Amino acid sequence: MQNETDKGLTAKSLHSDPLSWVEKYADYLYGFAMSRLRDEDVAKDLVQDTFLAGLQRLDRFEENSEEKTWLTAILKNKITDFYRKRSAINLKVINAEDEQQDFFDAESGHWTEKHYPTAFGLEADNPLMMKELGSILNECLAKLPGLWFSVFSMKHMDDLASELICTELKLTAANFWVIMHRTKLNLRACLQKNWN
Amino acid sequence: MTSALKNIIYNCKQATFLIEKRIAGKITAAETLRLHIHLAGCSVCKVYQQQSILINRIFVGFENTDFKLDEAFKKTLTEKIEKEINKN
Repeated sequence: MQNETDKGLTAKSLHSDPLSWVEKYADYLYGFAMSRLRDEDVAKDLVQDTFLAGLQRLDRFEENSEEKTWLTAILKNKITDFYRKRSAINLKVINAEDEQQDFFDAESGHWTEKHYPTAFGLEADNPLMMKELGSILNECLAKLPGLWFSVFSMKHMDDLASELICTELKLTAANFWVIMHRTKLNLRACLQKNWN
Repeated sequence: MTSALKNIIYNCKQATFLIEKRIAGKITAAETLRLHIHLAGCSVCKVYQQQSILINRIFVGFENTDFKLDEAFKKTLTEKIEKEINKN
């Protein structure tokens, strides 16, 4: 009983009210996670983990910080952990996947005929078309090896320096660029295949 | 003609690699020149470049606010938080 009172007082003095978190921040955090993960189940899990981790660390919440910023920082760490875990699982897959896709002639480096990029024939100004293309892109992203998706998302959504991504995911710079290249080749081919 | 230059004129694999590196990082002046020469003569890689940029734009332009958690999930979540608070 004594404990409960202490806890309540602590939370109050820290200007944080966990009981209002879901109502105030759940949708925002979910959108943040979805933009980086493109996976509803994983995003939901990480939002939940974020709130629970926040509760554990309430004592470290500083008076003058914003709850939203603080929770977002926790979520960011959870996302990075997730990338790292998923990338480790997929590390072994890179080479095998590489060989499966013969975008270019091994000798000349020319596009192979069946992988020739052709125009999508879309108007980039048309919001409906862009939205449609966006949902196809999400399906294509879901098919990428985890490591590739992690690299792509960290680079573009968080605009992280390449060196930092290499450190986080334990990649060499050369590997990083090979993955960036392969990822884009795959995404582009997947869009072309499913768009027309 | 240097071999590097000769190589890039005919090599779409290298050209697309440089396109990606230029979009997401930086390439050297020599690489930029080689890429320009390749693109001047290769319409297929030009299409690739446009589409590559478009893909980044769509990916980054993802609307966070399009996604909302369903009420049932929120309810469960609130209950979990309450339970966690009362645990101590």
